[in-house]
Amino acid sequence: MDRRSFLKDAAGALAGGAAFGSAAQSEPPQQRQEAETESLTTDRCGADCMVDVVKAVGLEYICANPGSSFRALHESIVNYGGNARPELITCCHEESSVAMAHGFAKIEGRPIGVMAHGTVGLQHAAMAVYNAYCDRVPVYIIVGNTLDATERRPGVEWTHSVQDAASLVRDFSKWDDTPISLEHFAESAVRAYKLAVTPPMGPVLLVADSELQERPLAADFKLRVPKVTPSAAPQGEMAAVTEVAKLLVAAENPVIVADRVARTPAGLASLVELAETLQAGVIDQGGRMNFPSRHPLNQSGQGRAAIGAADVILGLELTDFWGTVNTFRDQLHRSSRSILKPGAKTIAISTRDLAIKANYQDFQRFPDLDLSIAGDAEATLPSLVEAVKRLATADRRRVFAERGKKLAEASQNAHDRARSDAGYAWEASPVTTARLSLELWEAIRHDDWSLASYLNPVSGWPMRLWTFDKHHQFIGGSGGSGIGYTAPASVGAALANKKHGRLTVTIQPDGDLMYAPGILWTAAHHHIPLLLVMHNNRAYHQELMHLQRMANRHNRGVERAHVGTTITDPNIDYAKVAQGLGVYAEGPIENPTDLAPALKRAIAVVKKGEPALVDVVTQPR
Amino acid sequence: MMMIGVWILVAMVRLKPDPTTEVWLQPDATTEWRTPIVRGVRLQPDHSDVDRGKQTYMRVGCYQCHGREAQGASTGPRLGPNPLPLAAFTRAVRTPRNDMPPYGAKILSDGELADVYAFAASRARPHQIPK
Repeated sequence: MDRRSFLKDAAGALAGGAAFGSAAQSEPPQQRQEAETESLTTDRCGADCMVDVVKAVGLEYICANPGSSFRALHESIVNYGGNARPELITCCHEESSVAMAHGFAKIEGRPIGVMAHGTVGLQHAAMAVYNAYCDRVPVYIIVGNTLDATERRPGVEWTHSVQDAASLVRDFSKWDDTPISLEHFAESAVRAYKLAVTPPMGPVLLVADSELQERPLAADFKLRVPKVTPSAAPQGEMAAVTEVAKLLVAAENPVIVADRVARTPAGLASLVELAETLQAGVIDQGGRMNFPSRHPLNQSGQGRAAIGAADVILGLELTDFWGTVNTFRDQLHRSSRSILKPGAKTIAISTRDLAIKANYQDFQRFPDLDLSIAGDAEATLPSLVEAVKRLATADRRRVFAERGKKLAEASQNAHDRARSDAGYAWEASPVTTARLSLELWEAIRHDDWSLASYLNPVSGWPMRLWTFDKHHQFIGGSGGSGIGYTAPASVGAALANKKHGRLTVTIQPDGDLMYAPGILWTAAHHHIPLLLVMHNNRAYHQELMHLQRMANRHNRGVERAHVGTTITDPNIDYAKVAQGLGVYAEGPIENPTDLAPALKRAIAVVKKGEPALVDVVTQPR
Repeated sequence: MMMIGVWILVAMVRLKPDPTTEVWLQPDATTEWRTPIVRGVRLQPDHSDVDRGKQTYMRVGCYQCHGREAQGASTGPRLGPNPLPLAAFTRAVRTPRNDMPPYGAKILSDGELADVYAFAASRARPHQIPK
């Protein structure tokens, strides 16, 4: 029986009032007989097959705020699928669902699912999809929709239906499809997974039509699910890789700049091997956990000076090569200049050119390059390392060793300087971001920890002060700088870290949390252990600084720059907010000496498997 | 010419004692900051300059990028307790070469700027963080 006849029968039954009291008495005998034989239940439905497919591709979780357009799929996941692999994670906002999946994927290297309405849910989710797209992170999104207008319930099902649901995010997702049969769904679901995890990775979207979801199926219906075979990552062309190796070996002062390189721990290890083979400095731009923070060749603290002194710059998966080798001055008259020394060679190995779209301008300004390789940097690094080893003569190795000594000294000096700098305003209230970072480091350093927040809001202190040497210890930033990412992405990262027994911490900006604080409830409800340490500067501080820039530029002074940019009057009590959502919380902490004991108590809660929040009133940056 | 520059420096920082005496800048081995020395006596800005400087520092929003104690951040360098020489400090505030918002005389007078300088110079030395 197809759904149309199923529904017609049901409508007939209801119109005839077969089940509703006295009206049935006036029903003609023939209609009453049809209603009595009508089948109103089924033991299998299309959504069950969709769950089979989702299990086959290996989605461990599905994050969702419930919605009627995917009600059958929801029900099949929790009943037919046993609510295990995938397990449903209840989110309070679709933006949180996608950002959770974003954070999860950056720890595990593979996607989890998101379900949403094809209309209002995807509209909520759109910014987070953009973040994942910019960050080259796989997220697997299934949206519900009712394409057949004659099947829609009057009212809200019409407002929640759309001709082309995926069009909303097509500009910033990797692939989508709207299957019109279950067989089509199975093939597209496997294709979507394969594309999502092939570098350059990205979010993908499938539309699950409600007719397909709710279609009754015979008990013995079997759906063929294609084999899931992820593609090997695209590697740089070997002759070009050899040319890169020649330039690097011959260089007197090569610098390696890394952004979204290390998709996996293997990427980190390969970059270390390349740097050590060459004894070349590495500048980690922080898109991923690319390079150990205390490695003697880490020159991130000398960023621009190191690039300015280099004769060969190798950029690996750089978001912005042009911005790496140029300065840009944001004054009344904008200007820029190259920081490269004359004759310096620039080389890019990146997947950026393999996935670029026109509308959204995340691709940055076009750089001058001497050599450009389209390929995944992590996949290409082993070949590059081997080529460098083949070409490095004993003479060159002696040069490398001398260079390495100088770089090690510079790296140690940078670290010593960072520790000295962190001591300024040590007793200040509000608490400095340096002290917050050091107190947190002291509290977690002996655990297997993972930092899920980006570093810009706290002046990069953790990367300057802590020892990062494992891939899971840092996951980079949002990608698209869409605010509201950090809290849900941290919960997603914590969900991924949970089975590994890791202590996940995040330095949580206040403005970011206020986009969708319901994510704290999700963490509490699902017992996701995460320590959130509030960086509560009571402002949308980046924007406040922009207002200051405009006000001074226009000779009006900054006295009103706080209007529309600060989060005061009243000050938000984040501990109470968190407590109200079921999360252990302390604060607000204004005296820095109160911080260490509060962190200790909160970490004890996290180690019991629950989230905890410590609200710290902080300096602006 | 050099003496004119010294006069301006002394007037802006409102140093005591007598600003007509010869002043020059010497590196300080203990704090690194360049402290005006007059005939072997280190000159310190008085408390009223520092207090006014702090008020101005907060009012005109220096703290948003440089921190409330001028300790510095990724958004703006540390300003104290060893600030740039005043002339360079003034140039950096009036006509910044980088992205810093320019502070023209309409929104920050020379006297106020000198107070801010005094505030920055008076900041505490760093806490020694154990290894």
